[in-house]
Amino acid sequence: MKTAREMDLIGCKRCTRVSPPGTGVCPRCGGKINSRDPKSLQKVMAWWVLGLACYIPGNLYPMLETKTLVSSDSSTIVGGAVELAHHGAWGVAFIILLASVVIPVGKFVIILGLVIGVHRGPQVSDDLRQKLYEVVEYIGRWSMVDVFVVAVLSSLVQLQTLVNISPGRASIFFALSVVFTMLSAQSFDSRLIWDTGRTPDPADPQPEGTGPAGTEKERTA
Amino acid sequence: MNYSEHISPSDAADPLDGLIACPHCDLVYSVPAIQTDERAYCVRCHSVLIAPRRKAGKWLIAMAASILILITGAMFFPFLTIGAGGLTNGTSIVQTSLAFKGSLAILAPAILAFIVIIPMARLSLLIYVLMPIIQDKPPAPLARHAFRLAEDLTPWSMAEIFAIGCAVALVKLSDLAEVSLGPAAWMFAALMIIVVATDVLMCRYSIWKSLAP
Repeated sequence: MKTAREMDLIGCKRCTRVSPPGTGVCPRCGGKINSRDPKSLQKVMAWWVLGLACYIPGNLYPMLETKTLVSSDSSTIVGGAVELAHHGAWGVAFIILLASVVIPVGKFVIILGLVIGVHRGPQVSDDLRQKLYEVVEYIGRWSMVDVFVVAVLSSLVQLQTLVNISPGRASIFFALSVVFTMLSAQSFDSRLIWDTGRTPDPADPQPEGTGPAGTEKERTA
Repeated sequence: MNYSEHISPSDAADPLDGLIACPHCDLVYSVPAIQTDERAYCVRCHSVLIAPRRKAGKWLIAMAASILILITGAMFFPFLTIGAGGLTNGTSIVQTSLAFKGSLAILAPAILAFIVIIPMARLSLLIYVLMPIIQDKPPAPLARHAFRLAEDLTPWSMAEIFAIGCAVALVKLSDLAEVSLGPAAWMFAALMIIVVATDVLMCRYSIWKSLAP
């Protein structure tokens, strides 16, 4: 079983078409193709740094500003969660901490780990790296939920003088951080995982590797 | 290694058309004979390569059209209404995006784009691309560009994430005030289910195959 690169061909990431070497535009889908994106890791790290740079003010500045009749209060993401926990709402506090702290920090760590794995040789199995990559790519957009919550709260809680909620400065940094991390994950060429892989190719019944036995079939209906 | 060694004789026009490269790990297979409702996936990284479904095109168009209608409806109806101390206030998507004022005003169009404009653009493109395919007509003009754009927009289409955001806001506020769901909330609930179903139904390989020039 061989990769397109080992066969001196170029596989299209978008439509899976295989093209002869030197092709710049995929004949099936018309998108740009290359065997590997040579600048993949550079782009990943550039977006990663931007994402991290926005994530820090996103946590230091207030996310929500609450004005009531008697008081005015602004809270950061972590501060808001701690306050909720003090009020006994452990469940909601846990969800907020998970969505705004654990998942974003986890994303930064995993992307960095994937890049280091490609650069220096992996420390974990290829299957795990592929899984982590898929998780990061899938979960990235869900972090935007925080920004949407702020938008909903501040447009909904507008009760004249009684209580007013407005978005804080952190919301824009947090939104930018999510966008940059999504771009970072998208720039990662997952084929690099398998190029630097440790696991040997699965048992190969046909030496040329292009036989139909290469795919498993599963009846679902 | 010359690629001409790997050609399968049945596909004389362009032998490479009969091959498929896994988009995630680059392994090359010859396209297996796949029946409807079967799936072919990569043995190394387990990515699904081909997954045709019966009448998927018609279903996708129907679902895309329903999501378009639901988003249009959800745009103007209030989805949450709050009441406290005799005061009430409801909010719709358009009002939500306008919550960002002053120096944060740049977020207003971004939010509107993520929740409304990008999902609607993506689904309209999808309908445009699929309509001729299900009628067995030649692809629409610029269909390949349209489908590429629709694919690129997919991660940025966040209508279903906004639905979760509403649910979280509802939980956060339910202790402090009386919150009730408006008609748009139910539209979003239906929308989420349909969005997931379209992802399951879509076989990108089959669509690209029918768009190939």
